[in-house]
Amino acid sequence: MEQPQNRMEQLQEQLKIVKPESPWKIAARRFAKNKLALVGLIILVLMSLICVIGPFLSPYELNQTDVKNKNLAPSAEYWLGTDKLGRDILLRVMLAGRISLTVGLVATAISVAIGATLGAVAGFYRRYADTIIMRIADVFLALPTLPILITLGAILSDLKVAPDQRIYFLMLIIGLLGWVGLARLVRSQILTLREQEFMQATEALGLRDSRKIFLHLMPNTVPIIIVSATLGVAGAILTESVLSFLGLGVVPPTPSWGNMITAANSLIEFRKRPWTWIPPGLCILITVTAINLIGDGLRDALDPKMKNR
Amino acid sequence: MAKELVEFRNLETHFKTSAGTVKAVNDVSFSIREGETLCVVGESGCGKSVTAMSLMQLIESPPGKIVGGEIMFEGKDLLKLSKKDMSRLRGNDIAMIFQEPMSSLNPVFTIGKQIAEPLLHHLGMTHKEAKARVIELITMVGIPRPEKIYDSYPHELSGGMRQRIMIAIALSCNPKLLIADEPTTALDVTIQAQILDLMRDIKSKLNTSIMMITHDLGVVAEMADFVVVMYAGKVIEEAPVLELFKNPQHPYTQGLLKAKPIINQRKERLYSIPGQVPNPVNLGDSCHFHDRCEFCMEICKVKTPPLRAHADGHKTACWLYEEEGKSNERNVGSVGTTAE
Amino acid sequence: MSETSVQSEQQRNSGSGSLQPLVQVENLKKYFPIMGGVFQRKVGDVKAVDGVSFTINKGESFGLVGESGCGKSTIGRTLLRLNDKTEGSVHFEGKDLHALSKSELRHMRTKMQIVFQDPFSSLNPRIKVGEAIGEALLDHGLVSRKDLKDRVIETMKICGLADYHYDRFPHEFSGGQRQRIGIARALIMDPEFIVADEPVSALDVSIQAQIINLMSDLQREKQLTYLFISHDLSVVEHLCNRVGVMYLGTMMEMAPTDELFSNPLHPYTKALMSAIPVPDPTLKRERIVLQGDIPSPANPPSGCKFHTRCPMASDICKEQVPEYRNMGNEHFVACHFA
Repeated sequence: MEQPQNRMEQLQEQLKIVKPESPWKIAARRFAKNKLALVGLIILVLMSLICVIGPFLSPYELNQTDVKNKNLAPSAEYWLGTDKLGRDILLRVMLAGRISLTVGLVATAISVAIGATLGAVAGFYRRYADTIIMRIADVFLALPTLPILITLGAILSDLKVAPDQRIYFLMLIIGLLGWVGLARLVRSQILTLREQEFMQATEALGLRDSRKIFLHLMPNTVPIIIVSATLGVAGAILTESVLSFLGLGVVPPTPSWGNMITAANSLIEFRKRPWTWIPPGLCILITVTAINLIGDGLRDALDPKMKNR
Repeated sequence: MAKELVEFRNLETHFKTSAGTVKAVNDVSFSIREGETLCVVGESGCGKSVTAMSLMQLIESPPGKIVGGEIMFEGKDLLKLSKKDMSRLRGNDIAMIFQEPMSSLNPVFTIGKQIAEPLLHHLGMTHKEAKARVIELITMVGIPRPEKIYDSYPHELSGGMRQRIMIAIALSCNPKLLIADEPTTALDVTIQAQILDLMRDIKSKLNTSIMMITHDLGVVAEMADFVVVMYAGKVIEEAPVLELFKNPQHPYTQGLLKAKPIINQRKERLYSIPGQVPNPVNLGDSCHFHDRCEFCMEICKVKTPPLRAHADGHKTACWLYEEEGKSNERNVGSVGTTAE
Repeated sequence: MSETSVQSEQQRNSGSGSLQPLVQVENLKKYFPIMGGVFQRKVGDVKAVDGVSFTINKGESFGLVGESGCGKSTIGRTLLRLNDKTEGSVHFEGKDLHALSKSELRHMRTKMQIVFQDPFSSLNPRIKVGEAIGEALLDHGLVSRKDLKDRVIETMKICGLADYHYDRFPHEFSGGQRQRIGIARALIMDPEFIVADEPVSALDVSIQAQIINLMSDLQREKQLTYLFISHDLSVVEHLCNRVGVMYLGTMMEMAPTDELFSNPLHPYTKALMSAIPVPDPTLKRERIVLQGDIPSPANPPSGCKFHTRCPMASDICKEQVPEYRNMGNEHFVACHFA
């Protein structure tokens, strides 16, 4: 056993060149190289900061109506003007942003939790578990999402749920309807991973199922979960906006980007007072684009094949 | 000696990576003569494939780039040719076959179509002429029932058959040079024997020069007329095949020959070259083999040995055979007799 | 060096002399169903392993050779119950492996290990090397968390790795080093039996020799028993005491290494030997080049499976499966003309 020892001395010289770097660090480095994704990240951070901190700096209050100053165009006093009840649009856009972002994040968190768990169970245990979960997924996929959301929104209205509580139902509903795609992704990823030799090695080593799932399989699905969740947030924000626009999601007086655009429903507002609906519309556009850019960047950075290190 | 068909002169092909520049081919010079089989042998990452790709000018840029040297083909410098001329040359005069025949064939076209394509394209044949020629080619590479193969798809054939088809495509325009990049590595030994037989057969019939890239010294011994040994981007030894195997000079070549278990020559313990191929990034001025070499001297660590002829047609890049090196070290006498 | 060779020679003799069986494989069959048609019904079987029997004795190293599709890797995996069998039995230390309960099997896993061919896919890219080597010990409760790192580093050193490799990730290593990691992972369990599934065929020649030497050193020091699977006869000849030659899921010939290489009886073995290119350009050999391709194991030829490519084939070969006979000297062969 002398030879390996000699060998090591020589190896040491060479290996100093390679920095010990975890796969996550490599991914971060690659993400930082992607200009568009960085721009997206900066925009999203700015947007979140403005929405979270901005309202505290505003001289106005939520739902503070001021009929004398209604329908004002943007000015030094009201940066984005006021609406037909004299409320400051800027403040409402920022508060709406809080709500839209929260709805997006929480709804996605719900679908990720459901999707990842069910996908992992289906992929790992296969057989009956797989069949049952995937058939349920098929049913969910076959449901026409929008009509269901609209129906559920209408039911919420019928049940006279208080406007501020509607948000929680909304998050739950969007989350419950959005897990299928991720469940399928995770399942197929785990089915692929199972065939890898390192998973056969865990079987040969006689490792416990829990160790196989949580230490070997799940960490390898995290990249796709992250990417899918990021893009999911964008989708959830859009869904929320659509519902709120139709008056079935977040309902006034609670502001959301979606229900603020409703202003554009009336021809006068649409033509004469573009400041009432353009800012929330732009916010949706910018936020969703930024998130999608981040998602694409993450997908490239987390590419499991690790090419172009 | 036959005329030179290809001459690499101080070829330099570099790759830019995030860690630094990799000199994949670093000042490489050798020539391929007409009607000769030249084998380039070396381990993965030694630059043997990049040399061939540089000749074909198939280096992807970025990250790769041919930064210096000349590649003379029948007296013309290929690096100075226009894209169009080069592409004509690639189809007509130089052809290449690869390790993985499946990925080189398009799965949605029939075999016949794929062999006929260069015939229609480069030689301007009619469809009828092309079909006749394709059948002839399929027969030549030793596949029975060529008409049936003409209409089959790549997935219907076995690995060995696909490699035969690749050879047929390569030969379709009567190339002067056939580059074979590890053509048998993905095949089973009995199939490898068939393909090697076929290539020998083709060479004797068509007098094509072959540049064969391989890591297997057994294949080299069977196929080569002349051998070039590469290590970490450099040619470290070149010689006619009999000379190289009888009298290997570079310690790396000697080590490779001893490290391979040979059938019916059972040894108690294999000789093994310690360590591994150096990290190719930013290799400095030195013999790149020095840290694995049992004869390493001070000069080996600081200065690149020149590739020089020490016997007829036998060049070596090693300080052990240089005056400069000998004055450095006293015990050079033991070099030839290092058998374990 | 001379000391080493004496030891190794003793090892070899005791391997075939004392005959204490560790692994007994009897009439093992492994068929993979082929699904087809609109309803994904079973339309046939790939007969990957089709009735193979052999015994591996304690301390010996048994080689399985053959070309792709001959079922040698499937045997390795079925033998460790990484696959289920279709028929037949595998006994390890006298226990029927495929009849064990899940917890009994888990316990048995500590005694038998596998080293894989592909040094890239056999290591989890997101788990540090030290952790990958040590986790099985921890999971089986064979070591306390406190002693774990010492045990791992000790094993890593035996396998030619350094202690600072502990916190590295697999992608930072070359193929040869990864194979050392794979060996360390198997070795740390202190197994009696290791299946080595083409452990060197993805490596360069100079690295191959390092790994082969490491494996034979380990065998000598730890009294390991190997099932060494390879397509390369010369590697098997170097490392094994006994060799079995497989073709399309069937054992064609089996004999002690010296006997097999000096006196091959099956035409397939002869062809396989003559097909290996020898690094000696002066050698002019009478080469047997087999015609045609390896048939698909989904649809193997009748009679002797080799008859479609055999230079000696006659009518009887197409009709009758040749008997697997003992020719003396522990030399078994399945051929009508041997």
